[in-house]
Amino acid sequence: MDKCKILTMLVLLACFSPAFAEEKHELTVFCGAGLTGALSEIGGLYENATNMSVEFNFDGVPALRAQIEQGAYADVLVSANLKHMDALKSEGFINNSTVEVFARNKVAIIVPNGNPANITSLKDLAAPGVKILMGTKDLPAGDYALQVLDRLAADPEYGPVYKESVLSNVVSQETTVNRIVSKIALGEADAGFAFISDVSPEMIGKVTRISVPDKYNVVGDFPVGVLSQSKYPEEAQAFLDLMRSSDGQAVLEKYGFIPVVQAGASGGAAEAATA
Amino acid sequence: MTTIEAVRHFRGIIFRKEIFRRLRSRAAKAGLALLIFLTISFIALPVVSLFVKSPLDTVLRSLSRPMVLDALRLSLSTAAVSTMIVVILGTPLAYVNARFRYPGKEIADSAIDLPVIMPPAVAGIALLMAFGRMGIVGQHLNAMGISIAFTTLAVIIAQIFVSSPFFIRQARTSFEDVDLSVENAARTLGASRLYTFSHVVLPIAMNGLVSGAIMAFARSLGEFGATIMFAGNFQGRTQTMPLAIYTAMQGDLDAALCLAIILVIISFLVIFLVKAFSRRVYDNAGN
Repeated sequence: MDKCKILTMLVLLACFSPAFAEEKHELTVFCGAGLTGALSEIGGLYENATNMSVEFNFDGVPALRAQIEQGAYADVLVSANLKHMDALKSEGFINNSTVEVFARNKVAIIVPNGNPANITSLKDLAAPGVKILMGTKDLPAGDYALQVLDRLAADPEYGPVYKESVLSNVVSQETTVNRIVSKIALGEADAGFAFISDVSPEMIGKVTRISVPDKYNVVGDFPVGVLSQSKYPEEAQAFLDLMRSSDGQAVLEKYGFIPVVQAGASGGAAEAATA
Repeated sequence: MTTIEAVRHFRGIIFRKEIFRRLRSRAAKAGLALLIFLTISFIALPVVSLFVKSPLDTVLRSLSRPMVLDALRLSLSTAAVSTMIVVILGTPLAYVNARFRYPGKEIADSAIDLPVIMPPAVAGIALLMAFGRMGIVGQHLNAMGISIAFTTLAVIIAQIFVSSPFFIRQARTSFEDVDLSVENAARTLGASRLYTFSHVVLPIAMNGLVSGAIMAFARSLGEFGATIMFAGNFQGRTQTMPLAIYTAMQGDLDAALCLAIILVIISFLVIFLVKAFSRRVYDNAGN
């Protein structure tokens, strides 16, 4: 019987050992995949300024939302649109008072370096045979892209037929914006709907950006919030403050995002994070 | 000490030892039973939960959704086509590898098994580098106006790539199990090599081949990683059931559960069929 007990104890021990590992002070940040570069850098700044380590989970925002709804643990959610953040807020997963917009972004068309389909304007996207990548309709990048197409459809210069033609050229609906960018960089498709922030330093020379004029573009608010279940609400708030500090905003700007806090106005936030 | 006393004494010791031994073996059995129970529960629990967590009516309602129907249709048809191709291409290869030696056979064997061990994401990138638009083969095809990535053909290629070892391995073993003397007898009776193969070897190996084909079919149905990287994700064209589950998880959990349940049921069917066929292989061997 002793062996049996020992065995049971070993099994139980094995089951609970991850719980011991969590004793380390670790901030879990769920983050939209398109923000990987910028947030990793901000995470580094945060780790240097505090005694916390940051653990990231980068994925498509709808996937992160589904994980949170199914009980995954996270302290911070960094989203690429308000829709998913608002849904989680209304479901009680997010501490509503913490939610703030930390950056803005716009839709951009990206093409592979060689530009195989010779796309120079939005009109070229409707040409027959052009292979276009888009996000799923639930993915922020896909949602924003559809909004842009709606705006184009409303303009008689393009019209509803234009939107239909572009949509019929879509060959794949990707589940993260990164996958759109990397497949375009590989030259597998002719054009992709992504963000102006997606031509990151390492993508320069692999993809070229074709900008969408402002009258058709949408400006996406990127929100961040602390989860209600967070074991480290203060530390999580410090992370948010760092994102909105001048240092954090500078990193985001470097990666092509539109900063939301004017330089100089947020010195307090930076101090709060380092304190 | 009289003899009787001595006998009693030793009998007592033996008796006590016997009890101790029995107790120990009983404890061991109990421990083993517990271990087996835990292991099986661990494997069965997620599958059972899938059914518990999805009410039958919602699942049945999701069944009529275009996304679910398209994925089901695409998965079944692509897996059927890729299994057919695997069987046609794999059978001669398996037979040759079972019966003959040739230079480089070791390398060929390892190459055949590679996709089983290869992580799906690696398979996806590898396929892109070969058949993608800028790939080694793909760039020439592209010059001829053929492009594979993001088409149903890409789904089938990914499925063939990952599922072929499952058939080829099983087929090879089945051919090896065919008694060489039977084959030789047919040959000495004047049957040609091809006739011997099709009328003697093939019927004997048939059950093994069928169960190999079923395994390959199942693997094709489950293919995910290579498909999403190489074939993309487009409803009705490249969005197979696993991709549809992944996509639906991000907004339509009911549809994801519905597809997951269908795949579990298919998996059960596959296990059942493979067992049935391998039992017949065993029976045939016994006779």
